[in-house]
Amino acid sequence: MLLQNHLFWRSGFGPTPQMQNQAKAFTAKKYWDAVWQSAEKAPMPLQVTQSMADGMMNGLGQPGGQAQMESEASREVLRKQSRQNIRNLNLLWINEMVESPAQLREKMSLFWHGHFACRSLNAFFQQQLLHSIRENALGSFATLLREVSKSPAMLQFLNNQQNRKNSPNENFAREVMELFTLGRGNYSEKDVKEAARAFTGWSFDLSGQFIFRKGIHDGGQKTLLGKTGNFNGDDVIDVLLAKEQTAAFITNKIYRFLVNDAPNPDHIKWLSKRFFESQYSIQKLLEDIFTASWFYDKANIGNRIKSPVELLVGLRRQMPMKLHNEASQLVFQRALGQVLMYPPNVAGWPGGQNWIDASALMFRMRLPQILAQGQAINLKTKGDDDADMGRMQPADSPILPAVAARQRGVATINWEEIVAAFANVNRENLYQQLGESLLQMRPLPPKATLEAFAQKESREQYISSIMVWLMSTPEYQLC
Amino acid sequence: MHIRRRQFLQQGTMAAAGTMLIPQFLQALGQPQVAAVPPGTKVLVVLQLSGGNDGLNTIIPVRNDIYYRSRPRIGIAKDKALALTDEVGIHPALTHFKQCYDQGEMAILNSVGYPNPDRSHFRSMDIWHSASPSNQYWNTGWLGRYLDAACNGTCAHATQALEIDDVLSLALKGDQQKGMAVQDPARLYSSSQNKLYRSLLATKAQQEEPTANYLYKTLGNAINNADYIFKASKASTSTATYPSTELGKSLKTIASLVFSDINTKVYYVSLGSFDTHTNQDNQQNRLFTELNGAVGAFVSDLKAQGRFDDVLLCTFSEFGRRVAQNGSGGTDHGTANNMFFVGGGLKRKGLLNDMPNLSTLENGDLIHQVDFKNVYATLLNQWLKADANAILGTPTQALDFI
Repeated sequence: MLLQNHLFWRSGFGPTPQMQNQAKAFTAKKYWDAVWQSAEKAPMPLQVTQSMADGMMNGLGQPGGQAQMESEASREVLRKQSRQNIRNLNLLWINEMVESPAQLREKMSLFWHGHFACRSLNAFFQQQLLHSIRENALGSFATLLREVSKSPAMLQFLNNQQNRKNSPNENFAREVMELFTLGRGNYSEKDVKEAARAFTGWSFDLSGQFIFRKGIHDGGQKTLLGKTGNFNGDDVIDVLLAKEQTAAFITNKIYRFLVNDAPNPDHIKWLSKRFFESQYSIQKLLEDIFTASWFYDKANIGNRIKSPVELLVGLRRQMPMKLHNEASQLVFQRALGQVLMYPPNVAGWPGGQNWIDASALMFRMRLPQILAQGQAINLKTKGDDDADMGRMQPADSPILPAVAARQRGVATINWEEIVAAFANVNRENLYQQLGESLLQMRPLPPKATLEAFAQKESREQYISSIMVWLMSTPEYQLC
Repeated sequence: MHIRRRQFLQQGTMAAAGTMLIPQFLQALGQPQVAAVPPGTKVLVVLQLSGGNDGLNTIIPVRNDIYYRSRPRIGIAKDKALALTDEVGIHPALTHFKQCYDQGEMAILNSVGYPNPDRSHFRSMDIWHSASPSNQYWNTGWLGRYLDAACNGTCAHATQALEIDDVLSLALKGDQQKGMAVQDPARLYSSSQNKLYRSLLATKAQQEEPTANYLYKTLGNAINNADYIFKASKASTSTATYPSTELGKSLKTIASLVFSDINTKVYYVSLGSFDTHTNQDNQQNRLFTELNGAVGAFVSDLKAQGRFDDVLLCTFSEFGRRVAQNGSGGTDHGTANNMFFVGGGLKRKGLLNDMPNLSTLENGDLIHQVDFKNVYATLLNQWLKADANAILGTPTQALDFI
């Protein structure tokens, strides 16, 4: 069970109760094939807004930045709608992570969502970018990079609209090299300047379509990373993809996300060479990782700190539930430091031990009790001035009293489903089975320690209480 | 008005010197000395004005035509502002700040910012929290790194820096240590008292696997520190009356801890949102009323307990706002801003430098004259007696107001 759950956690958001019972003899290749087949199909777009026509004008929500085409009051209405749409998109995606059989696709989309970190208060742009990411999450990194770089969300976020011939704005060019491809230290300031010139003219229109504005493009000769030509933006991307360093940078980051925060240089070398030779096939890279024998080494199991979204989604998968107020998940994301669509900066979420401080850990450990036992959330999150636009309260503040008023708690757990999944397990083996299905650390916490807090009146009570306590451990923060 | 870069460092405008009527020692005379911690233990309170407070309507250039021309609707008239000098007024809601100013207990530093300013809230706040250059992304905060240095991996309680909040800010995250976020010591204590956690710690405190060990260590520290903070908060709870606002409660919590023998040197607390794109007057006035009431109560409480000389409260915001008003009775995101320093232990008081130059702007924004990292260096070196260069990662000149 340990090895299969290792794959389920790293290639997705953990096993559901049913998946525990289908334990067949584990071989990495066979399980990988199954994981891949479930994820292969092109995803349905997650849609919260129909089109730009909904009023998601260019620059909306960036006061002072947009044409004064609407009255302030009607713009405020539009901004409010857009914020609501972004929240809906967040929740819709979380549901997809919980329910979709295409676990690998959603997992890698979460990776790319952090890699191509972007903030936009325009819900239509966000929706568009998320779809590009989910569509290309397992395909070609070259395509993904190009699509993301041409998305209005990213062009706007990294100020490429202001990047013009004779008046360059280097933000976009710098981040494409520093964060998306080569990594810091693998290019010069001169390269940034030259690339910025090449990206002039990359823009988008009011319908949210990429356009190339020839009139503001600098068509002159540029020299970038040793290559010279009358480069445009596409050429820059080609030059960057032709560098093996790009493959090494991406491989290293994916390895840290999927395998181990401390990369093994030999593994990276081997993987990145093959990734480069495959012309950036993400599928090939993932197959190389998930079928490698070292992926299943003890040193790579149960030692990765789940991100808040992975924790939340994993809880919902392992403990199927109906949330009484889906928006409570926004409170959890804020309290734990990972709100989808709101990365902390262009570098994305730093991850690893950065997720953990005393308050975050204590809240993480209380989360199963909040969900399953109706423990009060009892916490106020910080506002986000970019999202709230100076309104008096954090965007999700109405949720708190609503939840607190509900004595029945935040969610109703489907214990029947869970109990059924463990129906064939003897009472004396239950602790072991539950523990092994939930935790990736061995040995498990001592049975006596947790049983001291268990309710033993009925089998269901035993299972539910042991599960909640197992999920309230430091070990459950790891996968 | 010509801005002389760096000159204020040497020159010092002692505009307020004449108003320092009552010497500190006379004020403190006859006050009860109940503090368990020997007076002289310096404490810093950082008050974050989230959302980008409009500095020009906070410290107002009441004789500057450009100011009134740029802000026909929201400019604060000279007779409405509380006068600090002939040229300078303070927002009418900030009566206690005016009082502190008059008594030589406040310093104001204008035009604080950083090179290549970013007008996004979260990015600019990140820069202020981490003290990184504006083109770098750091995962630790300046007070977190102070905490690393203060605790040095060996202290019993890494509570030298506390945030009065439920969620910890980047500013307090260090490499080795992370500060604690505690909105309410009693609530933190009670949620740390889960018996399961103690049993787990008893059986599994030492983990072989380093990440698991880190989690168990964090849990153990959280429980110990929650206990330590709770006891300290009970030991000498402030009996003074504070406004029943959130900031009022937070400053009362801070005062209670200052009066105890807790090892905390830095408290961090936020008020917001100052993101006044529309109807600025109401919003800023409401927030300043809360700020004024809470800080006023805090100052008298500290004075009554004889600790005002040991506490320095400073305010900052991630950016100021544009010089010109916008079309909605508000202001949009700007750049440089002023900072307040309130306390009995200031070396220089009043207006520390010139008012912002409104005639030389960059894209309609103020040009910063003081880098906030020099302010941090001052607070770290002069007040907290820490090694600012190590904490800020680069040699950074301290200013001379402390």
